[in-house]
Amino acid sequence: MLAGGQSLIPAMALRLARPAHLVDINGVVGFDRLEPSESGVRIGPCVRHAALGAEAVPGPLGRLLSLARRHIAHAPIRARGTFCGSLANADAASEWCLVAVALGATVTLRSQGRVRQLAMAEFLLGAMTTALEPDELLVEAHLPALPAGTRVGFHEYARRAGDFAEVMALAAYELRDGLVSDPRIALGAVEGRARRLPAAEAALAGQRPHDAAFRRAAEAAAAEITPADDAEDGRLLARAAVARALSAAA
Amino acid sequence: MSDGGCASRSIAVTVNGSVCRAEAPVRLTLSDFLRQTLHLTGTHLGCEHGVCGACTVLVDGRAMRSCLMLAVQADGHQVTTIEGLAAPDGSLHPLQAAFCRHHGLQCGFCTPGLLTTLVEFLKDCPDPTAAEIREAISGNICRCTGYDSIVAATIEAARALRGDGTTP
Repeated sequence: MLAGGQSLIPAMALRLARPAHLVDINGVVGFDRLEPSESGVRIGPCVRHAALGAEAVPGPLGRLLSLARRHIAHAPIRARGTFCGSLANADAASEWCLVAVALGATVTLRSQGRVRQLAMAEFLLGAMTTALEPDELLVEAHLPALPAGTRVGFHEYARRAGDFAEVMALAAYELRDGLVSDPRIALGAVEGRARRLPAAEAALAGQRPHDAAFRRAAEAAAAEITPADDAEDGRLLARAAVARALSAAA
Repeated sequence: MSDGGCASRSIAVTVNGSVCRAEAPVRLTLSDFLRQTLHLTGTHLGCEHGVCGACTVLVDGRAMRSCLMLAVQADGHQVTTIEGLAAPDGSLHPLQAAFCRHHGLQCGFCTPGLLTTLVEFLKDCPDPTAAEIREAISGNICRCTGYDSIVAATIEAARALRGDGTTP
């Protein structure tokens, strides 16, 4: 299945992928639909990276999309590549996989005669591995809205602008009576797949949002992960990225 | 299908303002279509997997990698290549003129991709900082200039395009 083709066409050019058949879905009417609503945003399979930001989606969710989007490759890639394609490709360093997992997105998978919905955490099985069956197409992703007033932060480190990330962290939390409520902390690119970090979230919940609390959450994050490559480097990257995402959250 | 990948489609692409009708093999990239079918060899191919930026063209006004699109996907769309940037009378686009003045090119291999990328960028961001320009061209690899002269040229072209400042 060919949507944006910004991963599949290079894989074909390098002969890493040799599909017997290639179906271009760009001409399918309605596949470029982008529907923001009070409950979140529905994203069709041909919505480009460039279309997802604060100019299209209101509130903290839109701000978070803008923060993540600027790290996705380069502008010409963002103009063509798609959100749903990024989820289906499931690269460990996919910004959209991180956002989708952190927010509890739902994906709709369709084959002939069957439609099913999966939570992102069930869909994303590992690096480049999803629950998509060979006869299924990811026809929609739904990102739930974040409550008004949610603080959002995103930190990514790559050696050059636009490169695949070495680490990326997402932080979102609300404040109730000056204390952190409903924190979401998620990490990408260090483990095989993006995921929320429950120990880091527990360390932050109920705290005042200040540097000491952020550092404790970052320590908890580093302790609870299993880096795919070098463990020491992975924990160092996770600790720094989580702390910076939390500090940046506004 | 048993066509061995040799199937072709009849496509019509508006390239630099002119409608071009041609048979395009379904597996042909847009970049090869521009260079080999239309003989518009100003679009350069470096890496052929989307990394170097040399093949960047404008598709419906947006900068895209022509090596990462199939020619058949451009059917019905508008494509602008480096050959289409100058005015019909041959006078250079302000970015082209500024690149000349500031030595923004040496061998010229990356230049078509840089110019198309920057044409779109300056439309979205007419008064950029040097840092914003560097981020905008981070997907275009130049091995000659060291980029400083490209950034200087872009700042001058932005000023010219805004109409606030005289060009030397």
